Amino acid sequence: MTESALQPAVHGVVAEFTTPDGLVSACKKAYAAGYRRMDAYSPFPLEEAAEAIGFEKTAVPLLTLLGGILGGLSGYLLQYWVHVRAFPLNVGGRPYHSWPAFIVITFELTILFAGITAVVGMLALSGLPQPYHSIFNHPRFSAATRDRFFLCIEAADPKFDLEQTTLFLQTTDAVEVAEVAD
Amino acid sequence: MDQTPETKNSATLERLLPGQQPVLMPGHTMETITDKIVSLVLRRPVTLGWLGGFAFFFGVLNVLMFAAAYLFYRGVGIWGINIPVGWGFAIVNFVWWIGIGHAGTLISAILLLLKQGWRNSINRFAEAMTLFAVACAGLFPVFHTGRPWLAYWLFPYPNTMGVWPQFRSPLLWDVFAVSTYGTISALFWFMGLIPDLATFRDTAKNRVAKIIYGLLAMGWRGSVRHWKRYESAYLLLAGLATPLVLSVHTVVSFDFAISILPGWHTTIFPPYFVAGAIYSGFAMVLVLAIPIRRFYGVEDMMTLRHLDNAAKLMLSTGLIVVYGYTTDAFYAYYSGSFYEMFMFKNRVLGPMGWAYWVLIIFNVITPQVLWFRRVRLNPGLLFLTSVIVLFGMWMERFVIVVVSLHRDFLPSSWGTYVATRWDYAIFAGTIGLFFSAMFLFVRLMPMITIFEMRTLLPEAKLSEEVAAND
Repeated sequence: MTESALQPAVHGVVAEFTTPDGLVSACKKAYAAGYRRMDAYSPFPLEEAAEAIGFEKTAVPLLTLLGGILGGLSGYLLQYWVHVRAFPLNVGGRPYHSWPAFIVITFELTILFAGITAVVGMLALSGLPQPYHSIFNHPRFSAATRDRFFLCIEAADPKFDLEQTTLFLQTTDAVEVAEVAD
Repeated sequence: MDQTPETKNSATLERLLPGQQPVLMPGHTMETITDKIVSLVLRRPVTLGWLGGFAFFFGVLNVLMFAAAYLFYRGVGIWGINIPVGWGFAIVNFVWWIGIGHAGTLISAILLLLKQGWRNSINRFAEAMTLFAVACAGLFPVFHTGRPWLAYWLFPYPNTMGVWPQFRSPLLWDVFAVSTYGTISALFWFMGLIPDLATFRDTAKNRVAKIIYGLLAMGWRGSVRHWKRYESAYLLLAGLATPLVLSVHTVVSFDFAISILPGWHTTIFPPYFVAGAIYSGFAMVLVLAIPIRRFYGVEDMMTLRHLDNAAKLMLSTGLIVVYGYTTDAFYAYYSGSFYEMFMFKNRVLGPMGWAYWVLIIFNVITPQVLWFRRVRLNPGLLFLTSVIVLFGMWMERFVIVVVSLHRDFLPSSWGTYVATRWDYAIFAGTIGLFFSAMFLFVRLMPMITIFEMRTLLPEAKLSEEVAAND
């Protein structure tokens, strides 16, 4: 990092695009140029952009699977514990461990735990809710939830250099390149 | 989705057959879609029509408040229920409302997995419909317990009495199925709202609105990493909601099918209940979509194609329901059981036989008009058909619950059933609750999923060289 203590801290350099094509090709270019600490912003899901900046896999499916397994186990074991250990009721001599009758609630709790894990896990991995983020300092960033695409190369990147990175982003299809304060 | 040549102007498009009409009329860009949906909430003034409609349904909702207060004071004796008809309106309404919710989940989850792009403009309000319908449904078993302040006894929790719920009972399965369904529907709905709430936050001019939508959007900034996790979670949730929605009405049907009462004890119940649920649900989707698209001018986003598709789904699930009725009759005959055969004869020709024939006219004969394209393309007729189907599905549950119960094995224990004004008041009241909530929803939230509509645009597609160049 080249900035001195007197200059305001910089979060990164942001390039604005009007098309998803522009964003994805710029992402690929930046990744090829060796940048790693960057993020792209889009008004709709754009998987190609995430892959282009090196974000290939998410842990959400694994978490959901674990949540589902936990839900299924707790559902079944709860019923087993209640009807066999804690509160056995003899109804017409039927077995206490009457597993077929336990399946429905086991299934429902599997879905419940997996679903909650999927949503909470997605939010937690993304660090949401997050009341403040430096990218919102960009004056035109409100268009990111509307019709514009942004690529931000962050100052935390080892290759980051305010001038060089700005020049590099100007070689893409960006309509505007600007630095954004931290 | 089909691609209509862009050269055709919209006047020509209006005349196209529904199968050829696009799901989104041409001429839209990301900006116009965003502006249009956002302005319905943030720019549009409160109109007299909205105010009048809301005031009316809020008034009806207050009927529910009074009736419920009196019910809590006097107990379920103010209803028409008796022995042998112990279930009455409460369970009829419960099954009816929960069934209506099913179409919302079908649209948001099953059609998403089947990559049906046309669902994108109707899934949001259909999910809201699910949520409010489940809320209405959930009230009835709680009211029906007679001591609603003890309703938490339905859930397993360690207590000083040392007792636990009976997990082998279908009624308890129902508690778990419905509460899981309500929770997952709310999660699905809220998760879908997050990116759109961020759009609202960034577009709102009013400071209070900005803060409220901002809090709800939780700092969503559209990062592609977040989008990737979001898409993954959304797809997983759809995958989980699909078996869930099929299981919910299956479990509801177990409340009946697991018992030994003639008319309830048949294996056709689970599939036939699920089909009936989706049938009535699509009828409610149409009852909501037709006025919404007209009064909010979103006919370019909810096109005749949507109405046509929903009507076709209604027709096909309706035919499954007809199959269910036929099988019901066949079971009675083929069982060789005297009681089963008597049950069917009594259902068709007994003292409450009129209910069966109303059901057949409303639910079997009327919807056959949907075979005609002209009807499916006429919003007015479609609206009327949907209202009739909704009423028919209510009659179906009445026939199943009340008519089966009133005459079982022993003639000495036969009885009859007459609903009281409190039964009607509470049922009407939940309709007030449902529509009041819908009125508030279309005023306060994006009723069409903005970000999913953006993905329908040609400009949102990556060009082939960019997508392929690795």
